[in-house]
Amino acid sequence: MATLTWKVLPVAPDTPIRDLSKSKKANRGDRVFNTTITGAAFTSLAVLAGITLFLGAKAVPVVQDQGIGFLTTTIWDTTGVPPEYGIAGMLYGSVLIAFIALFIAVPVSMFLAVFMVFMAPVRVSKLLTNLVDLMAAIPSVIIGLWAFYILVPPAEGWQDLLNQYLGWLPLFQNDSGNFTGTPFVAGVVLAIMMIPIVTSVTAEVLKRTPPELINAAESLGCSMWTMLRYVALPFGRGGIIGGIMLGLGRALGETIAVFFVLKIVYDINFFNIIESGGGSVATLIVAKFGETSGDFEVDVLLAAGFFLFLMTLVVNAIANLIVRRTERLKG
Amino acid sequence: MEEMVVAMKELDVDLARQKGETKPIEMSAHGVSVWFGKHKVLENVNIDFPEKSVTALIGPSGCGKSSFIRTLNRLHELIPGAALAGEVLYKGQDIYRAEVDPVYIRLSIGMVFQKPNPFPSMTIRGNVLSGLKLSGLKRSDHDALVEETLTSAGLWKEVKDRLNSHAGDLSGGQQQRLVIARALAVNPDVLLMDEPCSALDPASTLKIEETIRELSKKITIIIVTHNMQQAVRVSDHTAFFLAEENAPGCVVEQGPTTEVFGNPRDQRTLDYVNGRFG
Repeated sequence: MATLTWKVLPVAPDTPIRDLSKSKKANRGDRVFNTTITGAAFTSLAVLAGITLFLGAKAVPVVQDQGIGFLTTTIWDTTGVPPEYGIAGMLYGSVLIAFIALFIAVPVSMFLAVFMVFMAPVRVSKLLTNLVDLMAAIPSVIIGLWAFYILVPPAEGWQDLLNQYLGWLPLFQNDSGNFTGTPFVAGVVLAIMMIPIVTSVTAEVLKRTPPELINAAESLGCSMWTMLRYVALPFGRGGIIGGIMLGLGRALGETIAVFFVLKIVYDINFFNIIESGGGSVATLIVAKFGETSGDFEVDVLLAAGFFLFLMTLVVNAIANLIVRRTERLKG
Repeated sequence: MEEMVVAMKELDVDLARQKGETKPIEMSAHGVSVWFGKHKVLENVNIDFPEKSVTALIGPSGCGKSSFIRTLNRLHELIPGAALAGEVLYKGQDIYRAEVDPVYIRLSIGMVFQKPNPFPSMTIRGNVLSGLKLSGLKRSDHDALVEETLTSAGLWKEVKDRLNSHAGDLSGGQQQRLVIARALAVNPDVLLMDEPCSALDPASTLKIEETIRELSKKITIIIVTHNMQQAVRVSDHTAFFLAEENAPGCVVEQGPTTEVFGNPRDQRTLDYVNGRFG
């Protein structure tokens, strides 16, 4: 076969370099458009910075007054002299119920998304997509009320069963016999709220699997499972993890729905997820806000909000780090 | 009725021609019709594919060639709403029998698509071996297999020093040869190629055609092509598909490539191979 070679033509040495940046000015319409878009982008950044600064400013006197104990203790004594506040149980509780929710919601969402994209007949798939979107639109207060009246009573029975058969695991220990207001129920409620988000994002990502790669896998005689395992899921991994992070963000910050089903206790409930009582920063804020006396107590709640915000950032950052690490390992 | 008799006679002539063949028949389609929903795209296709030879399927766009080739390894049935009538025989047995595992069929009858589709996140070596991984086949001598299949696909010399770099770094033509190597790694008897060169430059096309000629010494190749010179260059047999207006596609003429192109019996074939339409 003939090889192609390129002849490099010499450039005349005195040819001046032309400055192309000045050659064409954007017209007026484009300039207005660009300014508007840039402005809008910066507005959202400014709002975010504003919230952070406000919460941070409120948190400073609280931390000065309470010391590091605000984050590490579990005392909540508003009438003491001096009053003492510690949100360790709340911070830990928020993470615990979010992870219970993640543990339930992620597999359910994956199966649902895979079914919608690769298995269901077109009509069923469209119906499910609409239902999932509808589910995401249910206000959290409605989910909370529903959970309080409908979910909690049978959930006591489920937890009793878990305790009977898996009670030898520390996770499912319950010495009090009281199965109301447990982190487990809060986690189930959060899972119900996460599923639509994670499912919808995952389905969108899976739909974008290039058809030629699916063709390639099919022509190599692979089953649905291996196609998912080696083609669709690796292709969509970044997007799917993004969707899970969105869901996790919602779970960490969810307030009202958890307020209906979780019994707030200040002590840290480390892992007895079916024992009555747990913590959640957001729910603490809404539960205590009505009974505050004096500005300092409000500041305490705002400071709690600031640390919830920080924790959400940290959790997201860690998740991003894990994603990037696995991407690099995979090459 | 008369039309049917004529059609049957034509079929007999075709069969008689092919009986003169020395090579045994590897695959054949008997009375294959294809539907997408209620839309019939192919009617009563009868073609025999002799072993270790190249058969070209030619015809204008929309005549059902690609749909037909996808019935030959049961990829057709994966399209929602797709239906089929007739039989596809592979080694004398209908591949659509209830007890046949489609995975086995797709491993024995490999396929190369129009657009090069290596798995972009895998390495060159990983791509060649991906068929084993995806189908769960076991082979111990991976290095030898990679060298053997890449050599058969005419790519070994170009990539032997960078087997662990990404498949996405290769040029389009190299990717297409990599995909051929990937299809060969599961040791198929038949390789289906759906316009394998239509997304490639002329130099890569020539390389692929060389590869096809080389491969046909060992396996049976069925290739859909829009390029009539390519059909002449690579194929031993040719089938000309045509869809009249508002009618499903069918095979107008088939036979040795030299005859279909040099001395066609049907006026429409003559017009098509001489570039008067299509």
